[in-house]
Amino acid sequence: MTYPPSYRYTTQHEWIDAKDGVGTIGITDYAQHELGDVVFVELPKPGAKVQAGKSFGTVESVKAVSEIYAPVSGEVVEANADLETTPEKLNSDPHKSAWLIRIKLADQAELAKLMDAKAYDAFISEKNKEASA
Amino acid sequence: MRYLPKSPDERKQMLAVVGGKSIDELFSSVPEQYRLKKALDLPGPLSEAEIIQYFKARAGENSLGYTSFLGAGVYNHLRSVITDTIIQRGEFLTSYTPYQAEITQGTLQSIFEFQTLMCQLTGQEVANASMYDGSTAATEAVLMAERLTSRGRVLVARSVHPEYRAVLKTYAKNSGLTVEEVPISVDGTVDTKVLQSSLKEDVAAVLVQSPNFLGVIEPIADLANIAHKVGALLVATVTEAVSLGLVNPPAEADIVALEGQSFGLAPSYGGPYVGVIASREKFVRQMPGRLVGQTTDSNGRRGFVLTLATREQHIRREKATSNICTNQALCALAVTVHLCLLGKEGLREMAHQNLSKARFALTELEKIPGVRRAFDAPFFNEFTIELPRSVKLVNAQLLREKIVGPFVLGTAYPELTKHALVCVTETITRVEIEKFASALRSALQQPV
Amino acid sequence: MTERFKKASQHVSQNERLIFETSSRGKRAFELPPLDVPPADAAKVLGHYHRDEGVSDFPEVSEIEVVRHFTRLSTWNYAIDLGMYPLGSCTMKYNPRVNEFVARLDGIATEHPYQPQELSQGCLKIIKLLEDCLLEITGMDSITLQPAAGAQGELTGLLLIRAYLQKQGNPRKKVLIPDSAHGTNPATAVIAGYQVENIKSESHGQIDVEKLRDLVTEDVAALMITNPSTLGIFEPRIAEIADILHRQGALLYMDGANMNALTGITRPGDMGVDVMHLNLHKTFSTPHGGGGPGAGPVAMKKILEPFRPTPVLIEKDGGRLLLDANRPESIGRVKAFAGNFGVLVRALAYILAYGPGIRQATEDAVLNATYIRKKLEGVFELPYSLPSMHEVVFSDARQKQNGVNTMDIAKRLIDYGFHPYTTAFPLIVAGAMMIEPTESESKEECDLFIGAMKSIAHEAATNPQLVKTAPHTTRVGRLDEVGAARKPILRWKQAPARSEAAD
Repeated sequence: MTYPPSYRYTTQHEWIDAKDGVGTIGITDYAQHELGDVVFVELPKPGAKVQAGKSFGTVESVKAVSEIYAPVSGEVVEANADLETTPEKLNSDPHKSAWLIRIKLADQAELAKLMDAKAYDAFISEKNKEASA
Repeated sequence: MRYLPKSPDERKQMLAVVGGKSIDELFSSVPEQYRLKKALDLPGPLSEAEIIQYFKARAGENSLGYTSFLGAGVYNHLRSVITDTIIQRGEFLTSYTPYQAEITQGTLQSIFEFQTLMCQLTGQEVANASMYDGSTAATEAVLMAERLTSRGRVLVARSVHPEYRAVLKTYAKNSGLTVEEVPISVDGTVDTKVLQSSLKEDVAAVLVQSPNFLGVIEPIADLANIAHKVGALLVATVTEAVSLGLVNPPAEADIVALEGQSFGLAPSYGGPYVGVIASREKFVRQMPGRLVGQTTDSNGRRGFVLTLATREQHIRREKATSNICTNQALCALAVTVHLCLLGKEGLREMAHQNLSKARFALTELEKIPGVRRAFDAPFFNEFTIELPRSVKLVNAQLLREKIVGPFVLGTAYPELTKHALVCVTETITRVEIEKFASALRSALQQPV
Repeated sequence: MTERFKKASQHVSQNERLIFETSSRGKRAFELPPLDVPPADAAKVLGHYHRDEGVSDFPEVSEIEVVRHFTRLSTWNYAIDLGMYPLGSCTMKYNPRVNEFVARLDGIATEHPYQPQELSQGCLKIIKLLEDCLLEITGMDSITLQPAAGAQGELTGLLLIRAYLQKQGNPRKKVLIPDSAHGTNPATAVIAGYQVENIKSESHGQIDVEKLRDLVTEDVAALMITNPSTLGIFEPRIAEIADILHRQGALLYMDGANMNALTGITRPGDMGVDVMHLNLHKTFSTPHGGGGPGAGPVAMKKILEPFRPTPVLIEKDGGRLLLDANRPESIGRVKAFAGNFGVLVRALAYILAYGPGIRQATEDAVLNATYIRKKLEGVFELPYSLPSMHEVVFSDARQKQNGVNTMDIAKRLIDYGFHPYTTAFPLIVAGAMMIEPTESESKEECDLFIGAMKSIAHEAATNPQLVKTAPHTTRVGRLDEVGAARKPILRWKQAPARSEAAD
């Protein structure tokens, strides 16, 4: 799967698609692959504040729980309700329909600290190399 | 030693394989200075016959031959011999927690049946695979409500079992939870006026027991309404589960913490028993304890597995919903077998006998001058009476008649100085009730 | 003998539905003696609390059906009574039947926790003798038998530490836990109100004592150590570790889960441990019963005694025993009533059977583990080379090269007639295979196990698919755990009515 060029990425494998002061956040294909079959997603309610680098929710597989970290700070405007009933979408379509939350960005400048798709791709290749070494 | 399946020669052979000259070498990693130089000072070894003899001698120093009117959270009920026969099958008794689903379907299916029975009884949507006992289940239910509401105050009815309240206090101490007590009203139920005035938007849960510690049935539906007005959850605990055969279940409560001892488990001087948490389905992710779920195998056949394990300590470590690892699987199995034996009609009949005998006992006791029923609200198989003198002294008299008298409420409720909690189950005969009444009558006639 | 003995073969396994699906209205399996008092009018006396309809969908079956139902279910289980159960860190040893017998005696099982103490001297003597035995075994000064299980014992132990430090003026903030520890340790520390700080093991899997020296500050309340560690390796510097903690006013907690390696050989109390719990369902043979009940007594040094949960057992003049609830410094109750008494009875019966000879059980347990280690070394990767005690941890590193992991090998063991060993724990070993045979296995059973493991290793090299798809002989195949977690079905429900012809 290719990483959408317009998104920004974190080293914790989250992506953010920011437009007009609103950012849509999800986890990357690499992350869903590492997690295995996702069985449950726990997300914050609209109105909740998220802080860059801090956990805002969890994704569960059968035998593991992983925290999801906010790429940037802001206030939640919407959580993806679809994932409550169909968490498996996170495995099949992590970059589009299985987005997690939308937030109102607190500080646009924070986006600049994140990787672009090319940098993230390189980051992943490096990781895969380490793993097979 | 009969439990050890090795001959001296086999030990030698095995030691030779590992290249050791003596058994002591196997413990070379234990520093010399800490190795015991002499044998432990323990009694034994005893043969099987001697072990039985020892425990029979201890049994003889207990209450054999007495008739007991004690309940107060632990109840004597009829138990079929089948229950113990089944739970002593080695395949159940000596099996581990069913993590390997392919070779533990027996335990898993029986737990699934247990969870179903608990839902049916309590009127709730989901139930866990069991907890240590009622006291810890009630405590864990309150902590669950704290997580669900993100609030830090809990109101506990004073009519909840005193030892359950004590356990909650121990657990709450370090979790930032404030526990406040709600007094008892004149009819024996929780004082709803005080409850209403204490209920604010910062209250996570209201904990009540029904039938409560004084024997009285609480108005669960009304209490749920009151709690819900401020967004608090109602947690209902049930210590006498047989009542559910005849008394409406706490279906309106958000979480139910049940003690299952009444269903096939012996009093056994305090344990092991079995607690259960049941609740609304939407709360299941915050429920502590194990859960068994139905699924299919690779050939599409029905099977059962432990599920939603990510709530548990071995995965979440410091973020787990609880630190509990074991449940009380074998006790839960006993409850399951017992309830399958009782069935719908048997449970109802047992409950009805309890109600009838307790009513009969009350009628008999009320005939004694100076004895009066303390609380007017309906009860199941336990009721509180007030005596004209100290219950302790009266009980001492009763002991001489080989009767273990009712629970002395003054020990837990200093305000109830002359009150006694009488329990009458189906195991007590009419003759025993009459003997109790007459012994009480003469005890009260003795000069003080 | 001409033919090699083979442990497992297949036999017919009977199918059985859920009890609710065999129910039919009007059947009964239990009858009560007739009511000998006037029947109460339940609807009248209970008023609107009356459950008019009884419990809907409750089973209605006959006695023989109940017996067959559960007997059939039981045959679907593996159990110690059927064979070796090498689950590391679980100590699945033989559960003597006399223990079951004495726990059910009239006068033992029948006793009510609130009956007068003068009618409970037998129960109290049992508690007292077990306390004395466990103190002798652990080398500690004082004990509580109240906790219902190991996890509750852990909590009790940490609450004791907290109360002790609080009395000195500061309960402190942190509890140190090695990364090799069982997950319950950190979960417990949090419930006791502490932050958890994990300590990384050094290269041999032991506690890094030098690093510990830096970590132990005045913020640290305790270190929770498992000894032998979850790798089955004894911590030889335990006294030094205790000393480092004590110098800073912190205490040493020992998880006694692995006491089966130490009983009769050495005593935690002599090595500087301040408080520890025991799992009676591990070391002291009380049955696991498919996951409980257990009991988790907590033994401690004198300094912690005033804080024990109430009530505590005391001896009056003339040897009369009493449960005393008047302990102003107590941490309170952790459980209602007097602990899991029935479990305590079984543990005492076990200890009495051995007496001082209990050391032999420890020796045999360690001999079995060492023997298995020796025979399987070279077949499976041994990530830590220090001598192991009652259990040995291999890894799947070699088999992984053929795509076979520890879980696959574990599942394949089922086909050979064994319960799997512990997989995926301890966390510090990737692909861990944790084997604890206990003393209850004969040389022959150990040899059969070794043979099975070698044979599986061979299969993993030559026919990995066979191992990866195991087990092949069980009544159900691998189950869909993902489906179970995504759409949980946690109870049976009456199917909506439909025509019989549709079946």
